[in-house]
Amino acid sequence: MAIARNKREQMGLTGNSAVAMAMKQVNPDVFPAYPITPSTTVVEEFSSYVADGAVDTEFIAVESEHSAMSACVGAAAAGARVMTATSSQGLALMWEVLYIASGLRLPIVLCDGNRALSSPINIHCDHSDTMGARDSGWIHLYSETVQEAYDNIFQAVRIAEHPDVMLPVMVCLDGFITTHAIENVTPIGDEEAQEFVGEYKAKNSLLDTDNPVTVGAMALQEPYMVFKYQQSEAIKKAKDVVIEVGKEFEEKFGREYGLFESYRLEDAEVAVVILSSAAGTTKVAVDELRARGKKVGLLRPRLFRPLPHAEIAEALKGLKVVACLDRTDSMSGFGGPLFNDVRSVLYEVENRPLIFGRIFGLGGRDYQVKDALAVFEELLSTLETGKVDELIKYITFDPEAPLSVDGSGC
Amino acid sequence: MATLKDFAKKEELFTGGHRLCSGCGIPPIVRLVLRNYETPVVAANATGCLEVATTIYPYSAWRIPWIHSAFENTAATISGVETAYRALKKRGKIPGGDKDIKFIAFGGDGGTYDIGLQSLSGALERGHNFLYLCYDNGAYMNTGIQRSSATPFGCNTTTSPAGTVIKGKLEKRKDLTRIVVAHNVPYAAQASPHNWSDLAKKTQKAINTKGPTFLNVISPCPLGWYTKPEDSNKHARLAVESCYWPLYEVEDGVLRVTYKPKKKVSMEEWLKPQGRFKHIFKPGAEGLLEEIQSQVDEYWEKLLEFDGKPVY
Repeated sequence: MAIARNKREQMGLTGNSAVAMAMKQVNPDVFPAYPITPSTTVVEEFSSYVADGAVDTEFIAVESEHSAMSACVGAAAAGARVMTATSSQGLALMWEVLYIASGLRLPIVLCDGNRALSSPINIHCDHSDTMGARDSGWIHLYSETVQEAYDNIFQAVRIAEHPDVMLPVMVCLDGFITTHAIENVTPIGDEEAQEFVGEYKAKNSLLDTDNPVTVGAMALQEPYMVFKYQQSEAIKKAKDVVIEVGKEFEEKFGREYGLFESYRLEDAEVAVVILSSAAGTTKVAVDELRARGKKVGLLRPRLFRPLPHAEIAEALKGLKVVACLDRTDSMSGFGGPLFNDVRSVLYEVENRPLIFGRIFGLGGRDYQVKDALAVFEELLSTLETGKVDELIKYITFDPEAPLSVDGSGC
Repeated sequence: MATLKDFAKKEELFTGGHRLCSGCGIPPIVRLVLRNYETPVVAANATGCLEVATTIYPYSAWRIPWIHSAFENTAATISGVETAYRALKKRGKIPGGDKDIKFIAFGGDGGTYDIGLQSLSGALERGHNFLYLCYDNGAYMNTGIQRSSATPFGCNTTTSPAGTVIKGKLEKRKDLTRIVVAHNVPYAAQASPHNWSDLAKKTQKAINTKGPTFLNVISPCPLGWYTKPEDSNKHARLAVESCYWPLYEVEDGVLRVTYKPKKKVSMEEWLKPQGRFKHIFKPGAEGLLEEIQSQVDEYWEKLLEFDGKPVY
């Protein structure tokens, strides 16, 4: 559903509509998908494009997400350009096949509308779904806005299909917050989109019957590790490809994308590291505090897998205190995945900043500017004392009154 | 209809050197089935004996394009391959130029009756143009003879052991062919490798029928049946002659029994040489053989009632 203000310029689009539109402009060969909240409308809108002949794509209305990813694997191994969309339990059900897709080096593009995992069942945003797949060998791009989610789809195709990479990519955007919010988007033209993604020509195809290939052979003790080594090298190379593709996108369309976004970080003493839409909220707090003369900033990773560790370390090295905000709990008893990764990244940094982890917004619990301000307050008091009071803590939440009306949203 | 001589002249698409057991029913089934193709064919394979024994890297017994993804998703996988074929054909992007390509999926009874049933059902309902072949050896043989829903009633397996109290598997087999037929597919059949001409005829029908088709083929397993490798063909024959494994087909909704034994062999004759049933001939299992016989008789009678008639 698009609200067009000016056909050539900006459009008001929900995240899902923008993603579906980007997928339409890519015009993939095969689109196997199973609808799930909150990414359902991507599948609905794309199937309308198919029904109206707006794309040449073959849509497979599979009976589950497990079959969706399985059909993606089959189609990609046959040399097709393949895309799908899912969320939460859907991604969890795909989990087994996610590893097969990356192990077989198939450049599939998946869009995930981030949603909390059961139990308890919940349809709202957190990152437990994609974070559960962070070791699956997929490249992970997190999007802050509708525009970024839209732009990431095109870039994901190029990154996935790059000969040095040949790995699947998931583009993540926040469930409801971004999937369902209407924002201004500047789309690119259909022809420009086609030109940018180019034509895909698979190196191997199951349909090349004159040159038969065995795909998915059993690799025992010796070869298994060779395959995994090659995969590991490929995902490392993806970092440079993300930069390269981002540059090309910027040259063509004027919007800048790198490994992460640094916001007022240059001379900052303290900073928040946070993913996706909550970064927008946090930036408002940064601006407020900057106006009061506080040296605060933000780092928003865009590429999460592979982890651009050296670049993140470089960006954070001059800081005194860092807070990592995770919209999921890894249930390790030691904070969220972002916290753990960033803390590890900082280990090599001389005079490394102090760091603490905060878990926020699970299951769609609201994260407001006041919550971001409270984190900065903690950062600034830690800066003063030189001592982290609490290494890991749940925020946007009062454990003493977990279901109180006051501030809990209940 | 091709003769054995004709088949022998055709190119071998599934080569020797694989590591399937001596006496295994799967290789003759696969070899015969693949010899019926007049066009290029692409295969998907569920995890199981056929997959693990034929593609141990860097070797492959397959001279056709072949893919293995996981255990339960071979029907979904082939549906992706088949859809990619239609998509790329439309765009004139089939490698080596446009051609007619057929698609086949292989799965054992574990990968088909049990864990892969949903994926199979979905692919059948969506109407992909492919043949699904289930080789049914009656248990999870690849991992050491664990019960499946295809395991015969009364059978001893490592997860339905014949104990002092419980005498093997006390649940009846799932009737998968009937479940497939309930999807209103244009062609479904049961076959056996010992009757090569029946299997070949059914394969040709399945290949040449547009839409999803299905073959359920009994596959003797010396390892899991505790039989001699050289007796496999005999055991496949006895399974049919005893009417335990009826040979029939359902074409456009009409059922036809393709083989009726002149004289039904007793279940005792088929079961006695099989180690997996030895407990039913020992004290403490009285009545079990009779129960097995009456189940088989009842099913056969019901099937004959439908012979030549529409089933949907």
